[in-house]
Amino acid sequence: MPTILMPALSPTMEEGKLAKWLVKVGDTVKPGDVLAEIETDKATMEVESVDSGKVVDILIAEGTEGVKVNTPIAQVQAEGETLEAAPGAKSAPETAEATAVPAAETVPSMAAVPAAPKFEAQADPDLPAGVEMVEMTVRQALNEAMAEEMRRDKDIFLMGEEVAEYQGAYKISQGLLQEFGPQRVIDTPITEHGFAGIAVGAAFAGLRPIVEFMTWNFAMQAIDQIINSAAKQLYMSGGQVSAPIVFRGPNGAAARVGAQHSQDFSAWYSSVPGLYVVAPFSAADAKGLLKAAIRSNTPVVFLENEILYGSTGLVPKVDDYVLPIGKARVARQGKDVTIVSFSMGMRYATQATEKLVAAGLDVELIDLRTLRPMDSATVIESVKKTGRLVTVEEGWPQNGVGAELVARVVAEAFDYLDAPPLRVTGKDVPMPYAANLEKLALPSTDEVIAAVNSVTYRS
Amino acid sequence: MARKAAAKPAQSNVPEFTKEQELEAFREMLLIRRFEEKAGQMYGMGLIGGFCHLYIGQEAVVTGITMASKKGEDAQITGYRDHGHMLVMGLDPKGVMAELTGRRGGLSKGKGGSMHMFSNEHRFYGGNGIVGAQVSLGTGLAFASKYRGDNTVSISYFGDGASNQGQVYESFNMAKLWNLPAVYIIENNRYGMGTSVERASGQPNLSRRGEGFDIPGEQVDGMDVRLVHDAAKRAIEHARSGKGPYILEMLTYRYRGHSMSDPAKYRSKDEVATMRAERDPIEQVKNRILEKRYGTEESLKEIENEIRAIVTEAADFATSDPEPDASELYTDIYAA
Repeated sequence: MPTILMPALSPTMEEGKLAKWLVKVGDTVKPGDVLAEIETDKATMEVESVDSGKVVDILIAEGTEGVKVNTPIAQVQAEGETLEAAPGAKSAPETAEATAVPAAETVPSMAAVPAAPKFEAQADPDLPAGVEMVEMTVRQALNEAMAEEMRRDKDIFLMGEEVAEYQGAYKISQGLLQEFGPQRVIDTPITEHGFAGIAVGAAFAGLRPIVEFMTWNFAMQAIDQIINSAAKQLYMSGGQVSAPIVFRGPNGAAARVGAQHSQDFSAWYSSVPGLYVVAPFSAADAKGLLKAAIRSNTPVVFLENEILYGSTGLVPKVDDYVLPIGKARVARQGKDVTIVSFSMGMRYATQATEKLVAAGLDVELIDLRTLRPMDSATVIESVKKTGRLVTVEEGWPQNGVGAELVARVVAEAFDYLDAPPLRVTGKDVPMPYAANLEKLALPSTDEVIAAVNSVTYRS
Repeated sequence: MARKAAAKPAQSNVPEFTKEQELEAFREMLLIRRFEEKAGQMYGMGLIGGFCHLYIGQEAVVTGITMASKKGEDAQITGYRDHGHMLVMGLDPKGVMAELTGRRGGLSKGKGGSMHMFSNEHRFYGGNGIVGAQVSLGTGLAFASKYRGDNTVSISYFGDGASNQGQVYESFNMAKLWNLPAVYIIENNRYGMGTSVERASGQPNLSRRGEGFDIPGEQVDGMDVRLVHDAAKRAIEHARSGKGPYILEMLTYRYRGHSMSDPAKYRSKDEVATMRAERDPIEQVKNRILEKRYGTEESLKEIENEIRAIVTEAADFATSDPEPDASELYTDIYAA
């Protein structure tokens, strides 16, 4: 026989007043009929019947205060109950005790939290002996990566502002419209939120979009779709629906473009589970990692840098140059101090390293390349050798990538440290316009050198 | 109030349903109704946590539209009031209910909840918790249809509240610009949470919201499943034939609060009672079935009992199925 229970109207309600009965014993009720009104300190609400049948007993009189949730308040004899097992009755508990059992099950058990799985990054692929190295700009490397991948898979398309007819605001997509046509290289209106959502929806349906943001500053309009729709999708769907998509564009400060156009989002995106976040420095890494990003079934935030677009590097001439996401690169091996950076920060770090090495210090320089999953193992191994750590990034200091690295090193290699780790970051200010102030706001080679001198106790 | 006139437009030539259509509509809508009533009860018992947005009152909308679509081929996406959509699209009621209770047999293994369920197989893309986001995503599904040339359409549902979000219009613009096979269904149930359309919209006739983008729109009595179905056929045909997007504003009504914890003080009891008594979508179908002798009280009772059994089975499964294993905490974050 269905028992009507005192309902909870919100996740936090524990008891309420049974203010009024709208039925009496002997009444026939059907699903949806209002049986009673209950009151809490916040609201008055109606209790509706889920069953058909006759009210045979009212267990709590109207006006009763402090009725606990799940207390039986009435009994309904279901139609045809004597003829067959009453439909619906089985799941409606007969007694308060019976109710308490399933309700209690929903209380989170205090089972031990499982350990987070360790991300196992693969090593870079071995290059054939005597492979030809081609000098090219980061811009050309990114362009080649997209063109090669688009030739390989027709589901890949590029979408963004000025990517097609204008050939790219920064010419990263030069020539792609001519080769792949307007179906696959698509100019959008200036509407980041909308086209990011459209691209994620297309990825749900199995296409593989590359979304170019003219700069990551404008992607703040679209951050909801990047995080709430793309990054969380696989998890929310229990593994059913993924979003294979690359969001890419220049990140960080350009030059003299002021506060709204000069922000480093590395720390923001790299805090989000469900995303891969890549931030290359060299041309070779730009090519190999963008190709990996386009092949990834996990959404990738690919952070480029406008100032680096024109810088050149050697890229191996192999058919398919794909690098592993999640693997740092040891740019220089050394034993005295570890410098860790990524993207534009690597320029300051590299210049500082050259000067420090010339001054007799054996620097180990690590380029993270990927910020999530973060290859802290390579950094920790290095610090165990050198005992000293300096991180370099353009972003703000609070909750930055450097802060995360220092926390991990302190937790896992505390006993190996010979000096407190130091961070070189952008200053804790919006980016100023004036040339002198902008220079002060950004990290510099001198600051990296000073930090290294400090952790190595040199003056 | 302008809504009253609009809620029941004069319909002279109502397209009639066949016997099979009437019975299908009755069965689908009743399944939603009974399922949602059970979900409401289970929420009251503390078996369902967090937010739980019930579809009671709006059943004719998703039922009529899905009957006009190609099930399993056309994509559908909606916001957080999503249980009815999944049931009509053929997703397993046990899996839906078990997701509501956060159990391992839920459609998202218990990791999504009421607002986050999906099915590639049935082409249902959620179940989205951010108001309006599903409109851009649904437009992306339409983009994929056109990109592939697979002759499917994408149907995006959103409420009167969502119709004021900026990304809806960004999506309208691109859908028209690229002539995407996108059907937009505005489920106007008169209240975005507690704020009525009149208090939220400069132009309360939401079917006109596409005018600036040259997207046709119609206002439809969303309580009559035949009219919903008829309008949906037009809209879907328009989109499928390459003419681009189409907007249908469904004038509907939710009987329950915005979510389970909504005391619904912003409207009168009379308003709710009148809608239930005079416009109920299921009663309308039921009365026609009896009038036209497509069925009898007894045969409809049999359908009711079948549905009750389905819902009971779903509820039993959703209360007996175990919670997800703790090891599931760290799965499904990164795609292989």
